[in-house]
Amino acid sequence: MSLNFFRTLQEKPWLQPDAVLPERVMDRSDINPKKLPLIVFLGIVSVFFFLFLITFLARSQYPDFQALAGETWQPFYHPQQLWINTGLLLIACVALQVALMATRRQNIHTAQIALCLALLFTLQFGAAQLLLWRHLYKLGFYMASNPANSYFYLLTALHGLHLIGGLFVLVPVILRSFGFFRPATTAPQQRPLQPPRQQQLQYSLELCALYWHYLFVIWLLIFFFNASSPAVYKTLAALCGY
Amino acid sequence: MPHVAIADQTSELHDPRSFITKYIWSQDHKVIAIQYALTAIGVGLIALVLSAMMRLQLGFPDTFDFITPNAYLQFVTMHGMIMVVYLLTALLLGGFGNYLIPLMIGARDMVFPYLNMLSYWTYLLSVLILLASFFVPGGPTGAGWTLYPPQAILPGTPGVDAGIVLMLVSLAVFIIAFTMGGLNYVTTVLQARTHGMTLMRMPLSLWGIFTATVLGLLAFPALLVSAIMMALDKLIGTSFFMPAIVSLGEQLDYTGGSPILFQHLFWFFGHPEVYIVALPAFGMVSDVLAVHARKNIFGYRMMVWAIVIIGFLSFIVWAHHMYVSGMNPVFGYFFATTTLIIAVPTAIKVYNWVLTLWRGNIHLTVPMLFAIGFIFTFTHGGLTGLFLGNVVVDLPLSDTYFVVAHFHMVMGVSPIMVLFAAIYHWFPLVTGKRLHDGLGKLHFWITFLGTYAIYLPMHYLGFLGVPRRYFALGSTDFIPESAQTLNASITVSAIVVGLAQLIFIFNLIWTLRKAKPCSPNPWGAASLEWQTPNVPPRHGNWGQKLPTVYRWAYDYSVPGITSDFIPQNISEDAVIRDAETSGDVDDHSDKGSHT
Amino acid sequence: MKLAIALVILVALSLVFHFISPWWLTPIASNWGSIDDTIEITFWITGAVFVAVNLFLAYVVFRYRFQKNRRAHYEPENKKLEVWLTVITATGVCLMLAPGLVVWAKFVNPPTDAAELEVVAQQWQWGFRFPGEDQTLGKSDVRFISVTNPLGIDPKDPFAQDDIIIDNNELHLPINQAVKVWIRSKDVLHNFAVPQFRVKMDAVPGLVSSLWFTPEKIGRFDILCMELCGIAHHTMRGFVVVDSETDFQQWLSQQPTFASTQGGPVGDAVAGESLYALCSSCHGPRGEGNQALNAPRISGQSPHYLKRQLVYYKAGIRGRHPEDTYGQQMAAMAETLPDETAINDVVAYIQTLSSSTPAATLTGHRDKGQPLFVSCAACHGAQGQGRFSTSAPRLAGLQDWYLKRQLVNYQTGLRGAHAADNFGKQMTLMANMLSDEESMNNLLAYIQSL
Repeated sequence: MSLNFFRTLQEKPWLQPDAVLPERVMDRSDINPKKLPLIVFLGIVSVFFFLFLITFLARSQYPDFQALAGETWQPFYHPQQLWINTGLLLIACVALQVALMATRRQNIHTAQIALCLALLFTLQFGAAQLLLWRHLYKLGFYMASNPANSYFYLLTALHGLHLIGGLFVLVPVILRSFGFFRPATTAPQQRPLQPPRQQQLQYSLELCALYWHYLFVIWLLIFFFNASSPAVYKTLAALCGY
Repeated sequence: MPHVAIADQTSELHDPRSFITKYIWSQDHKVIAIQYALTAIGVGLIALVLSAMMRLQLGFPDTFDFITPNAYLQFVTMHGMIMVVYLLTALLLGGFGNYLIPLMIGARDMVFPYLNMLSYWTYLLSVLILLASFFVPGGPTGAGWTLYPPQAILPGTPGVDAGIVLMLVSLAVFIIAFTMGGLNYVTTVLQARTHGMTLMRMPLSLWGIFTATVLGLLAFPALLVSAIMMALDKLIGTSFFMPAIVSLGEQLDYTGGSPILFQHLFWFFGHPEVYIVALPAFGMVSDVLAVHARKNIFGYRMMVWAIVIIGFLSFIVWAHHMYVSGMNPVFGYFFATTTLIIAVPTAIKVYNWVLTLWRGNIHLTVPMLFAIGFIFTFTHGGLTGLFLGNVVVDLPLSDTYFVVAHFHMVMGVSPIMVLFAAIYHWFPLVTGKRLHDGLGKLHFWITFLGTYAIYLPMHYLGFLGVPRRYFALGSTDFIPESAQTLNASITVSAIVVGLAQLIFIFNLIWTLRKAKPCSPNPWGAASLEWQTPNVPPRHGNWGQKLPTVYRWAYDYSVPGITSDFIPQNISEDAVIRDAETSGDVDDHSDKGSHT
Repeated sequence: MKLAIALVILVALSLVFHFISPWWLTPIASNWGSIDDTIEITFWITGAVFVAVNLFLAYVVFRYRFQKNRRAHYEPENKKLEVWLTVITATGVCLMLAPGLVVWAKFVNPPTDAAELEVVAQQWQWGFRFPGEDQTLGKSDVRFISVTNPLGIDPKDPFAQDDIIIDNNELHLPINQAVKVWIRSKDVLHNFAVPQFRVKMDAVPGLVSSLWFTPEKIGRFDILCMELCGIAHHTMRGFVVVDSETDFQQWLSQQPTFASTQGGPVGDAVAGESLYALCSSCHGPRGEGNQALNAPRISGQSPHYLKRQLVYYKAGIRGRHPEDTYGQQMAAMAETLPDETAINDVVAYIQTLSSSTPAATLTGHRDKGQPLFVSCAACHGAQGQGRFSTSAPRLAGLQDWYLKRQLVNYQTGLRGAHAADNFGKQMTLMANMLSDEESMNNLLAYIQSL
């Protein structure tokens, strides 16, 4: 990809008029048209989280920073709750992947079940996160009392927002897989261009699965950063040049 | 339900009929572009008035009662923020990006027209939130456009309650709007180019807009991150950026945060932001120069490479804004080096613009005047950047009027020269009418000479050591009385230039109401946007069939060809050579659009 | 054609402007001549490019202007030319960068024999600290800052006891001695800059930054804050006086050590009562003031302010202007207080007085005065209560005719213009924002209502 790009940059466009007439990308049926924008979007979100984590590392090197793990009395010294939440989100991801593969094999019923499971476990994850917040809050770990707490609430909240955004796409997709929202009549001239229902579902699921896997990776990062000990931060910060 | 892209439809999916769907809730990129442009220009005029008030205070201190130190800082802050973000970014990308991208690549619209519409309305919302801060208790924030904590959220600075919160919210909303628009631009450029439109056949305007959009998408998150963390520091009392502080004699609850961390985040956004503004301007001016000099842009490949390299380098020079910020001074070596390296591709662009004119056939039309004016002002502004980028030279000059003069020259006057060049150049495409020539020339001369009269002397105030963001200088032991004369003359020039913009607005209105339609491609431009079957292009842009592109956008004065330009959609067979009977220009473009 | 001429003229004018301009770098007073040299180098290189590019541009615009039967030359690119231009540009850039980095290295590594001192910035004043005889600055922390410990010095640190504290905006330095300056801030970002020394650095709360220089010229220079720090940013002025070694030592020996400022003298109100007898003849037995005798109300006034004014009157910093007749009266009265103890005593006695708020004597629009007061409130407090931290006196409850006279005195230089009045300059800059009598009355009407 990048090599291609560099080769492209060396073309001399004033030579050979007519010679190359590449097809329009949008006319190609083998390309999921929304995949590129989603990847770009996830790239932006990555920068967003990356910058938070970089500031996290920088901030962790100030003396007032009290990590949430590392000492026995810290809430994430035994991060069982975090592991449980991880499991919930992982199941949701797997379910979405199953739904995608089932759709590719035209097995719509399996897909429907898997999709419902994915939604269920995603909601479970969200609820579990809220419980975790309440738990910490009751222990007296308020948002403003320490930067480590601030980052924990902030990052999980943003991750939650990201997840809610995903639900806005996933829920309609699920409904569509059950046959809702099918256009009643389509104008005749458009019909040939509308991809068949199965392919449309497959495209949507590809996007959802990618999105959920990404959510999962981000979650792992947040997990890692919040449940590490000060020594780990120190090493990482040293690697980053702080 | 995800919206359906119409760029790939042969017929128009939605055919707006009522006034509201056509001009208000429109999904047509051209209408959205105009909405963006008008909103940006409107809010920009407010910022222009604010700058006039600042200049009145500086030129004639202690004359105007309503300009208190408090109000002055609010004017400074709002002027800066509006001009950089809400005017330049929005007008160049939201306005010109929206208008030109689909037309230049031969698409019917953006890939996601609905998202595009949302982008505009979200942008408008962000502008309204920003303007609302003028009407809240305490007024808008006066922390400077850089919004540095701690002062931005501590008493002693104007607008530390509602003002700063509204500013941060408005920026967050703006970033959402920009992300929606930017996703659209990137996807459209990458996926909706018509047959034959390879990347290297794109006009430089597109390269500039595309690269700037990518920069924006990667840089704005840094601003969002810092805005979120600062808002939490303000509202909840977290200590991301706030160290232990005694504010006006009172111990605060903050502990341990780092104000410098904010500066790093801010400039990680802020420096690319300079190029978010500059790159589209670089691109558009290249096209204007080529068309009006009847010559291909000189060194097209080098120009593309320069845009890409500048875009990349702009992410690793940010700390040159922070040489005296108290950060580890060792960073100075690295950032001075990267900053001066960026001068090389930038200089190449300047050379290539001049070399494009060299041996051309220069029509000194109004757009061309502004474009050449840009080369002059940009050369000046770029060269003074070499002072400030070189870490040790920056020591005496930073935070003085030299900085103000430099960045106004390089990212105020220069992009605005290009904006005017672009408006005069593409106005016939947008409206079918040419702006009045005489008024345009008058507008150019006053703006060009006037801005130079503002900013050239201002550099010398900076050499003297006059600090920026001072409400009044008062008496010092090193600034001579004559500096006040200089300040007054700068103010007079600024007011004249400000008023000269009324000529432009009058020209717009007069042309729209009174002028006769002009020919469809009045400048004889080869790029695709001028080759639509109707000028101005209708909804869907291309009639029944999408155009096919056979060549790059710069086939001007090709030897052996009768016409002095060949539109991009003319195939090699259809080109009329000198030996054959000559045909006229209109004949070409007709043929072209139906092949 | 016109454009080509305009370009040539603009280039020529820029050069003329540069060479006849009286506005250029202020004469240097430190060792950083090398910084000026790098500026010169940068100026000549960029100037040459500016002239060359724009004259060539003018030539091209003239030579290749539109002609009906001319056809533009067709040349997509010219690799050789482009490579040459790149190489030349890169060389020019290196010529500017290399000396810059060399000088920067000098800036980053201060000489080992540099004397240390500390600058503490706050909204909108400067404080300074010298290490004292042990040559070591004691520890400090924002948490220690209080009315008696304005620089936040650790009272338990043995190294801190002999530190010399200067809390009045004026710093003295010995000539030809390299100094390494540690810079702290109590509240927001500031910037320690002396244009004649060329170097500057931000003061950042939460960390200590530094810079170094060697003063090489005797004289008094302005310290300017060059990082926006709030409403009174432009008034944040300090002074650095470069002395000969002996003058410097003499000055330094007169400054208090940290230990001596702790548990210092608190005035004795009983002793002050008898001293106050003289004052009461004008200011009234309850300190209520008397317009007929031009005496302001002094009961309820901030003690730090009363003390500073008495010191100023005594030292001739206030009330010595030939046109300041009322000030001269007060200066004569202040002379009767023999020493600092007497001043402390009488101030302590004034603290025990109370009197009622005086009635308004001027008419103005309170509502129009309110937006003006926003800028005053930054130092004097939203209720005009006065603030120790900003050295600002109480305004609420002061007679409006007195405030008006003081504002006019500040504007006309009857007050605040004395070289040693390190706080008055601030007020002069602020008072100047009131352009006419009407706005002054409006402002005073608002203050009257507080």
